[in-house]
Amino acid sequence: MHPAYSVILFTTASGAGYGLLFWLSVMHLLGVAPDGRWLLFVAIAVALALVTIGLLASTLHLGRPERAVGAFSQWRTSWLSREGVAAVATYVPSGLLALMWLLGFGSGVVSALLALLAAVGAVVTVYCTGMIYASLRTIRQWNLELVPAGYLAMAAATGALLFGFLLALFGHAPSWAATLSLLGLGVGAALKVYYWQTIDADEGQYTSEMATGLGHLGQVKPLDPPHTRPNFVMREMGYEVARKHAHKLRRLVLACLFAVPALLLLALLTVGGSGAMAFYFLAIGFAAVGVFVERWLFFAEAEHVSMLFYGKQRA
Amino acid sequence: MTSLPEKTNKKLGLVIDLDICVGCQACATSCKEWNTGGYSAPLSDHDPYGADPSGAWLNRVHSYEVGEGAGSKTVHFPRSCLHCEEPDCVTVCPTGASYKREEDGIVLVNPETCIGCKLCSWACPYGAREYDYDDGVMKKCTLCVDRIYNETIPEVDRIPACVRACPTGARAFGDLGDPNSDVSKSVAKRGGYGLLEEFGYKPVNRYLPPRMGLAPGGDRVETPSPTASTVKPNGSAIERLFAWADQALSGKA
Ligand code: SF4
Ligand code: SF4
Repeated sequence: MHPAYSVILFTTASGAGYGLLFWLSVMHLLGVAPDGRWLLFVAIAVALALVTIGLLASTLHLGRPERAVGAFSQWRTSWLSREGVAAVATYVPSGLLALMWLLGFGSGVVSALLALLAAVGAVVTVYCTGMIYASLRTIRQWNLELVPAGYLAMAAATGALLFGFLLALFGHAPSWAATLSLLGLGVGAALKVYYWQTIDADEGQYTSEMATGLGHLGQVKPLDPPHTRPNFVMREMGYEVARKHAHKLRRLVLACLFAVPALLLLALLTVGGSGAMAFYFLAIGFAAVGVFVERWLFFAEAEHVSMLFYGKQRA
Repeated sequence: MTSLPEKTNKKLGLVIDLDICVGCQACATSCKEWNTGGYSAPLSDHDPYGADPSGAWLNRVHSYEVGEGAGSKTVHFPRSCLHCEEPDCVTVCPTGASYKREEDGIVLVNPETCIGCKLCSWACPYGAREYDYDDGVMKKCTLCVDRIYNETIPEVDRIPACVRACPTGARAFGDLGDPNSDVSKSVAKRGGYGLLEEFGYKPVNRYLPPRMGLAPGGDRVETPSPTASTVKPNGSAIERLFAWADQALSGKA
């Protein structure tokens, strides 16, 4: 599948934003998050800014962004619609929470309730994003329960890193924050490796003989193409990345998104406090590159069944 | 609405005879010509006379080589929306612009409400939907919904443009939900099939398989065709020769 940069930016930025919103809300709910007015406000503002940048980026790939409100109507069947509804619904508690914190109402029953709703909203929204892809049976690399799980894990890991950075920015460097990030990265890496093994093991159950229904006559090979240059379907669905290249990029993801940030966090845990901000800053820099490549690969490695009509033997 | 109708009153669709199609592209051209001026018009093209022409077409004709060596065959293969009974291209649509009509089963895109998210094209295993970059909306075969019920055009023209244009009669249009319709009868007679039935969208359009001829040398190519039983050579050389001549001349095989 063609990796559209707007969609990559959308899913990674909003994923990190929802991850941050989730951890902030949960830690506030548990009473673990430090109670500083500006820390809380800045953290939730950064989360909402990332989510908003992501959502705006996602409208860039629409042909008719001015009609986007129509996309909230079909939540009964469409995961894309559900995602839109969940995203907007999550703005309500998180926006109110941001306002409360800005005005200096630190914690209480109301903020706890709003934090709970915001945390649930963040999880539901990211799950819906994953399900948009996982619900497509035409793409075997996406049609997996591992896909929403992966989206949730990536959001949790990148969000935890951001949360750690913001805590450090305001002079807090609790070891639980670094541990949280480490855990997030560990789960993310394990899921990603398992995902790659899963898609590598599945060579596809459909063949060009099944697609054309001509298998009983022998092997089907394209003779004359229906058009002289690639059409929309080939450009959008026929994008392919060379296996060797993909494997190089997978290693890059493992290094940038998981290994380097994890080492930095381990170092931070051993040397302790003072340089926390710098450690997080570096870790986030690497993770950002890593998650971008991870998402690019998610698209580039996805193969579409329709390519069976265009000479692909299996999909 | 993006929910699928429980059932449709008719199952309008096409029957495409792969034995007859000569790959002349008349259907694709005629489709483009009609639909660039009809429902959801125009179908935009980019760089049409340049080095990298592209554009939205609703019907594409592939040519495949099937089988090996002397027994191989060229099969021309038109491909357009199959107006599936249970397609996800409808249910994934966030706006309800992609829908299936209860009255006749036609799958359409509402060009007034489509936001051009392209998700429906991702959900179609047949590559039947093409995005229009100028219009910013998705395009697909409409089964010429603006012809088949159109009382302002002569009755002979009230069939899809591709069917009307096909010079060999390889395309037919009708109600595949009615077992007594001409299309249903020809499907039953010739062993018509749906594409990639394994996938489960229940496509409505049917394809009639190519009949197998004789390989050079007079040997019947392995797969018996549905009409093979009408010719029963008893095995002698002269019988085989007659059988061969009969089939070759009648074009039945
Ligand atoms: S052929 Fe494709 S576009 Fe047409 S109804 Fe089936 S899934 Fe939808
Ligand atoms: S491209 Fe249009 S018709 Fe297709 S899913 Fe998106 S809004 Fe619906």
